[in-house]
Amino acid sequence: MTSYHGMFSALLILVPVLTFILLWIALQGPVVDRITMAGLPEGVLDGLDSGGVQLVLAEIKSVSRGQIFGTPEDWKIAAAGRYVILHDRADWWLFAAVTILSLALLAFARSRVAADFRARQGVEGIVSGLMIFCSTVAIFTTIGIIASLSYETWRFFERVPVAEFLFGLNWEPQIPLREDQIAAKGAFGWLPVILGTIVITVVALVVAVPVGLFSAIYLNEFAPKRLRSIVKPVLEILAGVPTVVYGFFAILVVAPAIRSFGQSIGLDVAPNTALAAGGVMGIMLIPFISSFADDALSAVPQAMRDGALGLGSTRGEMMTTVLFPAALPGIVGGVLLAVSRAIGETMIVVMAAGLIAKMTINPLDSVTTVTVQIVTLLIGDTSFDNPKTLAAFALGMMLFLVTLMINILALRIVRKYREAYD
Amino acid sequence: MTDITNAPAVPRKATSTELVAASLKRRRRKQIRLQWIGLGAISIAFLMLFILVASLVSTGWQAFTQTHVTLEVYVDPEEVPEDRLPRGGFRDVLGASMGQMLPDVDMSARETARAVEGILSNGAQFELRDRVVADPSLIGQTFTMTVPVSDPYDQLNKGLIERETEEVNRRVKDNEIAWFDTLADSGAISKPFNWGLFTNADSRFPELAGLKGALVGSFWALLTCFLISFPLAIGAAIYLEEFAPKNKLSDFIEVNINNLAAVPSVVFGLLALAVFIGWFGMPRSAPFVGGLTLALMTMPTIIIATRAALKAVPPSIREAALGLGASKQQVVFQHVLPLAMPGILTGTIIGLAQALGETAPLLLIGMNAFITSAASSPFDSSTALPTQIFIWADSPERGFVSRTSAAILVLLGFLVTMNAIAIYFRQKFERKW
Repeated sequence: MTSYHGMFSALLILVPVLTFILLWIALQGPVVDRITMAGLPEGVLDGLDSGGVQLVLAEIKSVSRGQIFGTPEDWKIAAAGRYVILHDRADWWLFAAVTILSLALLAFARSRVAADFRARQGVEGIVSGLMIFCSTVAIFTTIGIIASLSYETWRFFERVPVAEFLFGLNWEPQIPLREDQIAAKGAFGWLPVILGTIVITVVALVVAVPVGLFSAIYLNEFAPKRLRSIVKPVLEILAGVPTVVYGFFAILVVAPAIRSFGQSIGLDVAPNTALAAGGVMGIMLIPFISSFADDALSAVPQAMRDGALGLGSTRGEMMTTVLFPAALPGIVGGVLLAVSRAIGETMIVVMAAGLIAKMTINPLDSVTTVTVQIVTLLIGDTSFDNPKTLAAFALGMMLFLVTLMINILALRIVRKYREAYD
Repeated sequence: MTDITNAPAVPRKATSTELVAASLKRRRRKQIRLQWIGLGAISIAFLMLFILVASLVSTGWQAFTQTHVTLEVYVDPEEVPEDRLPRGGFRDVLGASMGQMLPDVDMSARETARAVEGILSNGAQFELRDRVVADPSLIGQTFTMTVPVSDPYDQLNKGLIERETEEVNRRVKDNEIAWFDTLADSGAISKPFNWGLFTNADSRFPELAGLKGALVGSFWALLTCFLISFPLAIGAAIYLEEFAPKNKLSDFIEVNINNLAAVPSVVFGLLALAVFIGWFGMPRSAPFVGGLTLALMTMPTIIIATRAALKAVPPSIREAALGLGASKQQVVFQHVLPLAMPGILTGTIIGLAQALGETAPLLLIGMNAFITSAASSPFDSSTALPTQIFIWADSPERGFVSRTSAAILVLLGFLVTMNAIAIYFRQKFERKW
């Protein structure tokens, strides 16, 4: 197989060179920025926080693109000139480095390739290296999530004490925290936020669990084959609808309907009541729960069904007294996964739930959730050094940990029970 | 049977057959009740889906047409002198031609003139300007032009603003309705298909707002997502399924992939914000960064689908190839992978469809900015289809309600198409071994 020799050379050259180019492109921007900022005259950046510094950098960049608003100071124009030169020079350096690297690798490859060289083994070695790299991307992603969340959370706890965050009963992140102001006490207590999350999750489960469960029971045991083949895909459609669509549905239809119904029976319902967000989230979770319950019921061995029927129970009794209890662990696992989905669900609550954190468990009232707070704190201006933005990362950390624990628990329950019957 | 052996002493009590027969009716009823509850639950799910689709269609279909007015425009050289282009009194030019179409209206009163000009969309003057700049010979000439009307009149024409409403509660006043009716009677009003919905970018004015920016942004994001996640996921899946030794590292990778599939999407947004934008200094609101984030989220889906597809290829294929002297990699890349491709593509398309509807991570990296032009590269600021829906749903103007529903219908249309392609692939190429 002669083609392996060429393949070997190509891979030997392309893999390092492409990696090098990608790394260079990723690092060029930040490095040039840093050199530009370091070259500014002394004193011009005094008294600016990191947001102000970012602003100066952005202005220099826009000047370098020729977009000039007003009259920038001379040092900014000079810096813009340096910025352009640095980028040009960087491009040249990249070109030169890539050429040298390619030639060196080509020479190396040429020296290796000979009639008796085992090229296939060489190629396969490189390919397996690439595949191992691909599979470690998942690990790197996890590391990235944990590292970024912990780093920003740690910076948050430098500014706000851990105890305040974990046990505080007030969540008012909109209070501006100035240098001379001691962080408004208790403004970053996450308890009302998590309470709101729980309220909405409970409402969602109250809708989703009965509907999903009874659908699964019917589909699994009683439905004619034709009906089953129609219902299952339709439920899958419900699962495939993007959550932003559910969010719009909640504000367009569900919330006004609940509100006017509440008013007609004399109840005071908030316009963004937890019932609307939770109820719509429940609709979203119906297919999730029903498919998990269906799988769990199907996994119960046929012998148990036959046994129950043979002893004279009706199919209904077989379902309630034999199949359902036997499938219960799997169903519980599915419900737990649904809980973790509900806690982490973002768009429905961002659009349909409230923004203000209250210590209330009244589902007619408006409550807020962890994900709503993360999104509202980070939309718009984000400089990474005020507690307001960092608080979002602390909430994200808690969200990640809570959902991770629930997922691990749920998967363990599901797996354990599956093994019992296999 | 126990009944019979234990209770022979009691004379002539009901036999178990009789007992069962007596209870059977009640027990059957119980079963039927269970069936009805199940059917009820399914109907609730169906009803909800129906209400969801019906409400979107009933509010959204109106946005697929747009009320236009056809004008005779005389480009007055005094208002638009050629040497001052692209500046000029285009608004006044349009106002004058509106005045001609409404002869009964006294255009000398400033307020009235303003109100009459307000029938036209704010974009009309820019459309006129662009036409005149492109062809300055139009100055001093009269030509016909069809432009969108502003949102209140569009809603009036579509019946969304009801004439029976009391005048104080109506956005269009009585005299304005009279003007509009005059225009309609003269045949100047038309309601063609709203191409602007697909060819315009976002705008503050509902009648001008379109999805082009969002569609382009979503395209770039999905392309990035595909180019990154597809090779990485296939590489990872092949390694884990075919080559990985059973050791701690492989187990750890597997646990990681399963957990990543269940991490809330907003956490990926936080990752992207902190790492891609915060540490690597990538641009905000760029579809490239969005695609990168979506790739990380889509990868577990594609990996799981690919592994299932690889598993479905029977061992006989592998053994035959190995027996003929192929190396393990030759077996996988030349025999197993091509046979598994349809399954892999199906999984990939489904994963991309999920990515297309994903919103939360894109919000966190700033793809909800107000941007009035379509991105020309994946590094320009842009919105995406779902974030555009979010922006419009948040807009207070009434006209955006039906635009939002229309945008959702477009998004759902794409999702249905992608899933249909996936199903087609599965049915066409699926092989039973």
